[in-house]
Amino acid sequence: MTAPVTAASMALDGGLLTADDAAPEGAFVSSRGFWGHVGHRLVRDPVAMGAGAVILLVVIVAILAPWITPMDPYKGSMLRRLKHVGDATYWLGSDELGRDMISRLMLGARLSLFIGVTPVLIAFVIGSGIGVLAGYVGGWTNTILMRTIDVFFAFPSVLLAIALSGALGAGIFNSIVSLTFVFVPQIARVAESVTTGIRRRDYIDAAKLSGASALTIMRVQVLGNVVGPIFVYSTSLISVSMILASGLSFLGLGVRPPEPEWGLMLNTLRTAIYVNPVVAALPGVCIFVVSIAFNLFSDGLRAAMEIRQ
Amino acid sequence: MLLYILKRLVYVTPVAFGVSVVCFLLVHLAPGDPLSAVLPADATQATIDEMRAAYGFDKPLPVQYAIWLWHVLHGDLGISIATGRPVLGEVSRAVVNSLILASVATVIGFTFGTLFGFVAGYHRNSLADRAASALSVFGVSVPHYWLGMVLVIVFSATLGWLPPTGAGPDGSGNWRPDFDHLRYLILPAVTMSVIPMGIIARTVRALVADILSQDFVEALRAKGLDERGVFRHVVRNAAPTALAIMGLQLGYLLGGSILVETVFAWPGTGFLLNAAIFQRDLPLLQGSILVLAMFFVVLNLLVDVMQTALDPRIERA
Repeated sequence: MTAPVTAASMALDGGLLTADDAAPEGAFVSSRGFWGHVGHRLVRDPVAMGAGAVILLVVIVAILAPWITPMDPYKGSMLRRLKHVGDATYWLGSDELGRDMISRLMLGARLSLFIGVTPVLIAFVIGSGIGVLAGYVGGWTNTILMRTIDVFFAFPSVLLAIALSGALGAGIFNSIVSLTFVFVPQIARVAESVTTGIRRRDYIDAAKLSGASALTIMRVQVLGNVVGPIFVYSTSLISVSMILASGLSFLGLGVRPPEPEWGLMLNTLRTAIYVNPVVAALPGVCIFVVSIAFNLFSDGLRAAMEIRQ
Repeated sequence: MLLYILKRLVYVTPVAFGVSVVCFLLVHLAPGDPLSAVLPADATQATIDEMRAAYGFDKPLPVQYAIWLWHVLHGDLGISIATGRPVLGEVSRAVVNSLILASVATVIGFTFGTLFGFVAGYHRNSLADRAASALSVFGVSVPHYWLGMVLVIVFSATLGWLPPTGAGPDGSGNWRPDFDHLRYLILPAVTMSVIPMGIIARTVRALVADILSQDFVEALRAKGLDERGVFRHVVRNAAPTALAIMGLQLGYLLGGSILVETVFAWPGTGFLLNAAIFQRDLPLLQGSILVLAMFFVVLNLLVDVMQTALDPRIERA
C-alpha cells in the first residue's frame, strides 16, 4: 500500500525528498522542519551562496585583521604618500599619510562591520519586543506604541540618523545609538503586523485553553512563529545600516581618526581624487561590495522562506 | 473624498505634534548646555546666566516647549547662534536649492526606473529583466556618497567635462535655471537618482508582472484589443502605486540629501545641516530638521490623498 504513495509524493515534490528514501517509513517522510527546508533551498541558490561567501570572507578578514595585515595600518610615511595600486610594497597603494591601504582596508572591515551590524542587532531585539507586545496585547497598548512609532516614520531615515548623531555628538557609541533609533520603529512595525496576523490563529487559542500564561504564549507560540519573518526583514536592513554607518563616519560623525573605517577613509582621501583617484575610491568599493552582498543574501533568505505558497 | 481628506488631516495632527516634540527634544539630547558651544570657556557665571535667560534655557522643559511651539506656529524658528540671522530665512533658501536637486533626481530616477521596470515586467526572466534586477540591487546597495565621488573622479577630474562642486560659476550661491548652472546640477542629480531608480524599477516590474497575470488582461486580449490598448490598461493600473512611490522617494531624497550635498558642496539643507552640526548651531539644526520632517509629513499626506483619488479600488474607509 505504501509504495505508490511514496512514488506519488516524490513525483509531486520533484525529487526534493530523495534524501529521505532510505528512511524505513518512506511513506510518511518526516520533514526537515521549516528551518531545514529554508537552509536546503538557500544552499541551492548560487547568488545567495556567493553573497554569503563574500560576507564570510569579510568577517574572517575582520576577525583576523590584527594578525594578518601585511604592514602596520597606523604607521605612515610622508615620503611614500599616495602610492598607486600595484606598487611593489604597497599592493593597493598608500593613503594621504603614506599608510598601507590594504592593511587599513583589512583592519577597517572590523569597525565598518561593527558599526553597521550592531545597530540592526540591537534594533532587532528591541523592535521585535515592542512589535510583538503591541501586536499580541492589542488595544490601548497597541495604539500608544504604534502611534509613537508613527512619529519616527515621519523622519526620512538618513535625516533621523544624522539629526540624532548630530545632536549627540561624534563618536562610535553615539552613531550606533542613533542608527538603532532609526531601525527600531521599522522593525517594530513589521513585528507588529506579523504578530497581529497570527494572534487569532487556532493554535494560540489552543495554548490559552491548555492553561499557558500570556508570557509563555508570547514566548513559545507567538515568537516562534514571527521571529523568522522579522529576522529576514532585519537582515535586509543591514545593507542600509552599513551605508549609513559609514556615511556618518564620512561626515565626521562616527569613527574618529586615526582609526581605519571605510567611510572615514573615503572622507580623508577625498583630497586625493586628482592625484590618485583609484586609491581614493577603494574604501567605497569595500562598502559597496559588503552592502550588495548583504542585500543579495537577504533576498535569497526571503525567497527561501517563502515555502508555504 | 473631502471627508477622507479631513480624516487624514485628523490622523496627521498627532504625528505632526510628535515630530515637533522630537525636534524640540533633539537640542536637549546634546551633552552639556546648548549654549556651551558659543560661550567662551572663561565666561563668568553672570554671563552664562544672562545668555541662558536670553535664550529661555532657564525655564522648565515643558514651558520651553510651549514657548518654542508658539513661536514656530507663528513662523519664528529662532535665531541662528552662529550667524545671528533668523533660522527660517536660512532654511527656506536651502530648501529651495535642495528641492531643485531632489526633484530633478526624482524625475531622472522615475523616468529610467519605470522604463526598466516595464521592460522587465513585460519580459520576465529575459536579459532585460536581469539587467533591471541588477540595476535595482545596485541602486539600493551603492553608497551614494561614494558614487558621487566616483562620478567626480570620472567626469571632472579625468575627463574635465563637468564641474566637481558648487551650484554655479560663482560657487555655492543660489541655483538659477540657465545653461551654466545646469552643468553644475548634472552630477549631483544623477548621483541622487540612483536610489529611486532602483526602487521604482523593482516596484514597477512587480506591478506590471502582477497586472499582466490577471484575468482582465486575458479578457482584453481575447476581445481583440491590440497590444497598445492592453499597454494603456497596464499603465492605468500601475500608475497610482508608481506615482505614490515616486512621491515618497522625493521626500526621502530631500531629507537624505546631506551626504550627496556634502560631496558636491550643493547649497541645500544637507549642507546647512552639516554646518549646523559642526558649529553646534542648535537652533539651526532644530529648525532645519523640523522643516524637513514637516515637509515629509505633508508630502506623505498628499501622496496618500492622490493615490486614493487616482485609484478607485482603494476604499476610503
